[in-house]
Amino acid sequence: MTEEMKTTRKEISAGRILKKVMADYFYEMDEAAKTGSRKIAWCNSVGPAELLRGMGFLVYFPENHGAMLGATRMATELIPYANAQGYSPDICSYLTCDVGSYLQKKTPLTIAYGIESVPRPDVLVFNTNQCRDVQDWFAWYARELGVPLIGIHTHRDIGQIRKYQIQDIAKQTEDLIPTLEEVSGERFDMDRFKEAVAFSRRTSELWRACLEMAAAIPSPWTFFDATIHMAPAVVSRGTKEANEYYELLLPELQGRVKEGVAAVQGEKHRLYWEGMPIWGKLRALSEQFASLKSCVVASTYCNSWIFDQLDPEEPFESMGRAYTELFIVRDEPYKQQYIKDCYEKFRFDGILFHDAKTCPNNSNNRYGMPERLSDKLGIPVITINGDLCDLRCYSEEQAKTNIEAFIEQLDER
Amino acid sequence: MGSMNKDIFVGADVGASRTKVAVLDGEKNLLGFCVRKSGTDFQKTAADCLNESLNVAGISQKTVRRCISTGYGRENVSFRDDTKTEIGCHARGAYHYFPMAITVIDIGGQDNKVIKLDAGGRRLNFKMNRKCAAGTGAFLEEMSFRLDIPLDKMDGLARESTDMVALGSYCTVFSGTEVLEKIRQGKKVSDIVKGLFYSVIKRVMEMDALTEKVVMTGGVVEHNPYLVDMVHEITGRDILVPEHPQLTGAVGAALFAMEA
Repeated sequence: MTEEMKTTRKEISAGRILKKVMADYFYEMDEAAKTGSRKIAWCNSVGPAELLRGMGFLVYFPENHGAMLGATRMATELIPYANAQGYSPDICSYLTCDVGSYLQKKTPLTIAYGIESVPRPDVLVFNTNQCRDVQDWFAWYARELGVPLIGIHTHRDIGQIRKYQIQDIAKQTEDLIPTLEEVSGERFDMDRFKEAVAFSRRTSELWRACLEMAAAIPSPWTFFDATIHMAPAVVSRGTKEANEYYELLLPELQGRVKEGVAAVQGEKHRLYWEGMPIWGKLRALSEQFASLKSCVVASTYCNSWIFDQLDPEEPFESMGRAYTELFIVRDEPYKQQYIKDCYEKFRFDGILFHDAKTCPNNSNNRYGMPERLSDKLGIPVITINGDLCDLRCYSEEQAKTNIEAFIEQLDER
Repeated sequence: MGSMNKDIFVGADVGASRTKVAVLDGEKNLLGFCVRKSGTDFQKTAADCLNESLNVAGISQKTVRRCISTGYGRENVSFRDDTKTEIGCHARGAYHYFPMAITVIDIGGQDNKVIKLDAGGRRLNFKMNRKCAAGTGAFLEEMSFRLDIPLDKMDGLARESTDMVALGSYCTVFSGTEVLEKIRQGKKVSDIVKGLFYSVIKRVMEMDALTEKVVMTGGVVEHNPYLVDMVHEITGRDILVPEHPQLTGAVGAALFAMEA
């Protein structure tokens, strides 16, 4: 392996624009927080962002901040401060690192954009589809900052989707309006809301198309690239800025496919990543896979911001559908079939499950799925123990050896 | 030595605890080997092990055709031609001794592996212990320190047990506390030591279901062969063990060197 360690990679040139898109997003928010020119809603990653945008809020996503804290490896130092407040090291490390960041007044936004602190919220809006932790997380800020906390309680372990579930989520979404009107001082405007849903639907379509470029052999980009380029799909969905970004990225990826540009030179193996990214080790993992001529082509994680169901003509109901059909709230048979469908599309040779210590909801290895999928698809699987942000839960040497041994195993097939 | 003029293949397994070097001729005969504490200078330990192995075999380094290194310190072996993971090397080594569909259980100084091979020696799957060192050699080392019993006396003591003490904790540190409690309760040391061995086996057995023939390898088994008897007793299976279980990874690495 030693001589293969050096690899060259062709950068995705849209990345330069991405930096500006993200900078503009944070500067606009920072300005609004300082001047009070716009109201700011904190929203969890798959919360009702469309409604918030449709009601004129700027939307900030603490999970994105958690990912930044993880990627900059600030998280591991900050988590213990939340632990000391009674927030267990076993719960979501996005929550604990973000609270630690608040307590210590340290944010990666300072290094990246010269912004002193995250924007103060006027309202906190959650959807428990990711987990219960988002609610507890926002509840901490609600107490700390004296800000209204509202949210949507999802259904879970859903097999066949029932109408009542969609109607319930739609109604819960609608029920957020009075508080949001009160905070914003503006009346709900259906046309503006529909426009935000339409933008979000477009973001989703473009994002899906980008991800599906990785079905090409060789793949033009990797899961690790996508975790970076997904930022606008998360924080700016429902805006024209996000759509403009993907309208730029997609042709570049299409061009790469046309020209046969490989993200991993000499792509020998294709893998699926199931579970959360290990934010503080994206580069190291990306380089290791590249050195092993293996491309992680697809993931449940990046797919989680595809909302095909959004329909501006039925904004509440379609949001209810989109946020109920999500992988994360579905039952095991659905999840298994979902990954099988991805297998048909992306033709990977193996699946890596990331068992994230602090994220049980997004660790799908814990109920025998790797074994079942391996049997069903006839491909090997591996589980890596780690975490999204808390690197105390990650043994890099063990993970590296496991990955290398897994690729050796694929080589033997 | 009849192999003086033949090509020699070397496997160097630099583990977290011990460094093992195996020297094979082209007919896969083990001509020499050496096992030492890995210490803090992996490069020097590996080189010393190679020299000693070659001395034992009575052959010159010039005849070494190719070397594969493995183990946590695999990148620190200056005389390597290439590296392979210890999972691959243990599998290859175990299959060399038992060429059939097997489940390999390797209990090492820092980690455990359960590797399943098909009849052709191809890996079907493998599992390593999670981050925690419970159930590894490090666990027994810690307990030997706590109980003030030399490591090489543990096997004999476990065999003397008449009423094994069950230990419940996952965690090495908590197991230490549990052991102290058992001592306070007046339990016999031999019964506690057998309980420690049982704890190691439980940690390994919960990693994966055993299928096919079971082969046990690694330093912990080499120095505590009673573990093999206990696994046999618990599972009702015959357990296969190579002649030098601690050397299995190094032999596997040497075989990869030969097959490159």
